[in-house]
Amino acid sequence: MAATQDTIDRIAEASGTYKYGFVTDIESDKAPKGLSEDIVRFISAKKNEPEWMLDWRLKAYRHWLTMKEPDWAKVGYPAIDYQDAYYYAAPKSRDDAPKSLDEVDPELLRTYEKLGIPLKEQEMLAGVAVDAVFDSVSVATTYKKKLEEMGVIFCSISEATQRFPELVQKYIGSVVPYSDNFFATLNSAVFTDGSFVYVPKGLRCPMELSTYFRINEQNTGQFERTLIIADEGAYVSYLEGCTAPQRDDNQLHAAVVELIAMDDAEIKYSTVQNWYPGDETGKGGIYNFVTKRAACRGRNSKVMWTQVETGSAVTWKYPSCILQGDNSVGEFYSVAITNNAQQADTGTKMIHIGKKTRSRIISKGISAGRADQTYRGLVRMMPKAEGARNYTQCDSLLIGDTCGAHTVPYIESRNPSAQVEHEATTSRISDDQLFYCLQRGIPEEDAVALIVNGFCKEVLQTLPMEFAVEAQKLVGISLEGSVG
Amino acid sequence: MALLDIKDLHATVDDGDAGPKPILKGISLTINPGEVHAVMGPNGAGKSTLSNVISGRPGYTVTGGSVTYDGVDLLEMEADARARAGLFLAFQYPVEIPGVATGTFLKTAINARRKANGEPEIEALDFLKLMKANAKKLGVADDMLKRPVNVGFSGGEKKRAEVLQMAMLEPRLCLLDETDSGLDIDALKVVADGVNALRAPDRGMLVITHYQRLLDYIVPDVVHVLADGRIVKSGDKSLALELESKGYAEFTGAAA
Repeated sequence: MAATQDTIDRIAEASGTYKYGFVTDIESDKAPKGLSEDIVRFISAKKNEPEWMLDWRLKAYRHWLTMKEPDWAKVGYPAIDYQDAYYYAAPKSRDDAPKSLDEVDPELLRTYEKLGIPLKEQEMLAGVAVDAVFDSVSVATTYKKKLEEMGVIFCSISEATQRFPELVQKYIGSVVPYSDNFFATLNSAVFTDGSFVYVPKGLRCPMELSTYFRINEQNTGQFERTLIIADEGAYVSYLEGCTAPQRDDNQLHAAVVELIAMDDAEIKYSTVQNWYPGDETGKGGIYNFVTKRAACRGRNSKVMWTQVETGSAVTWKYPSCILQGDNSVGEFYSVAITNNAQQADTGTKMIHIGKKTRSRIISKGISAGRADQTYRGLVRMMPKAEGARNYTQCDSLLIGDTCGAHTVPYIESRNPSAQVEHEATTSRISDDQLFYCLQRGIPEEDAVALIVNGFCKEVLQTLPMEFAVEAQKLVGISLEGSVG
Repeated sequence: MALLDIKDLHATVDDGDAGPKPILKGISLTINPGEVHAVMGPNGAGKSTLSNVISGRPGYTVTGGSVTYDGVDLLEMEADARARAGLFLAFQYPVEIPGVATGTFLKTAINARRKANGEPEIEALDFLKLMKANAKKLGVADDMLKRPVNVGFSGGEKKRAEVLQMAMLEPRLCLLDETDSGLDIDALKVVADGVNALRAPDRGMLVITHYQRLLDYIVPDVVHVLADGRIVKSGDKSLALELESKGYAEFTGAAA
């Protein structure tokens, strides 16, 4: 890898500080701060990627230079200095990745335990395989072998690029092209890792696939890239959960998730997101600018997004479905909670292309403190979407009188036979409801959690069991201090 | 010791821009364990205000007097603490809580009590048994326990659910605020039977009603007539019958 070594040397020279080179000297194996073509090459080289991947990254990077950061979302944050962030950080000793959990850094395991997700237990718990992402690089993958025996590929996208390059090359960027939007394009250039799932024809993946994301290195932008393919008649349920410890500097997170469902295939993608939202003033919280999109390519295919968003200082996220196949179905269930100074601009896009495609959107937004929240959704019926149907329900719940909720639905119908329904409500937790709970002896904070959980029930019950329990607790935790 | 001792209670309701409006103008009332008291009176007399002030509903200000419950100053306690101390209000208009199953709600309430007493949460199975047993007594269908609290309940179902909650939470002092309103005679009987089953030597009840009808079924030990924020007359159950025949006019006249 002469080219690789050359790149490393050049960067080392340029930065001056890393005189012993990256690999030997740096505790966390970081690339220097800042973003340049060299950094893109460095990342690609570190991951030993094939030429086509580097080319793709470079195309993305060059395109990104021509783009402007979007400002249409109803969120405000200080300008991000993209040259003041690190774009590559790996935990120590990734070159000799652990073969089992016993080889995983005990410090890391303890961190997971604090978060209530001990890998040891996860491994024993039937049905959940964990691909743990820590500082952008997978350090432990469980159940992978078992799954592979059945033909399910579940690994890091770096590994997939090495082992299944034809699959990765065929599908990456096929739903979210490298030129898609500012943050997705940035991700395409510098993504460090993420998950890859391929479920072969006719197979129902028997376990929930799960990834826990953690952001740990200070000032390390996180650029996960996830690609999930369900081949004809396949089914897979994927869980994504995130949590991050307290932090002082804002952290940018710009992930891309692409889902592809072929004929009769079904993908269920559930997220519980509770990244650090910042302190009461919003200081130190995560910026979460995510592009999630699914292509229902095949006939009768189905994709279901469920998200419980309680964290981050700023959220900008619209999990979407492109309903290409006839009779394909897209569903979006969302609970978004913003408290204190959190801001969220989130929703979905349902693009109906095929005949008799159906979509359903249930969005529950809860705003408390000084938080501001916007539901932004697009339902587009294309000319060939004969008999397509959409149902949208957007409910907002306000707690206190200093928060905001906004609903911005875009509806475009170019087919007269398509049906679009939209319902929206905005309400408050009424004093009567609160007093009723108090009079039964339920303390105020528990009462709020109870009422809000009831408000979100329709969405929470779409989550897999173990996630639903966690999500219910999160709802309560997220709203602590929002009343009284 | 009296279970509830109200002395010269004065209270105002916060009436928005109009400022505080006096409603209770010196009420004294003592309920001993085992007693059932009825408070009757015309609309606007202050009946609901009395139950709201006792239970600690926001929006009212006590401007004088005292309320002692089991020897402690009730007015110093928050509404939820009063409830956990054994005070239960059966609402005139039970409130809907969408998405929260009646069973879940009750379990949360029971566990809040247990937590305050330093006890562990109730076992899921024990709770289920307890709830089913009580529901059966009150003719509450199992399916109603799975439905969200009061959502889509008929008037009779709502009141039955209130009594079910009362039975489950085992209060020491029950306030029933116009529990008869919105009930037909059959539903009234079921609810009254439920309440009567909860009469106990260590439990007191304050039954607030506009009509004498309810008192045919829940027979009180003492009847008070409330008019213009004061108790203008107290007597035994025959006072209720007297009211029924004469109407409130005589008493409201006396109070004015």
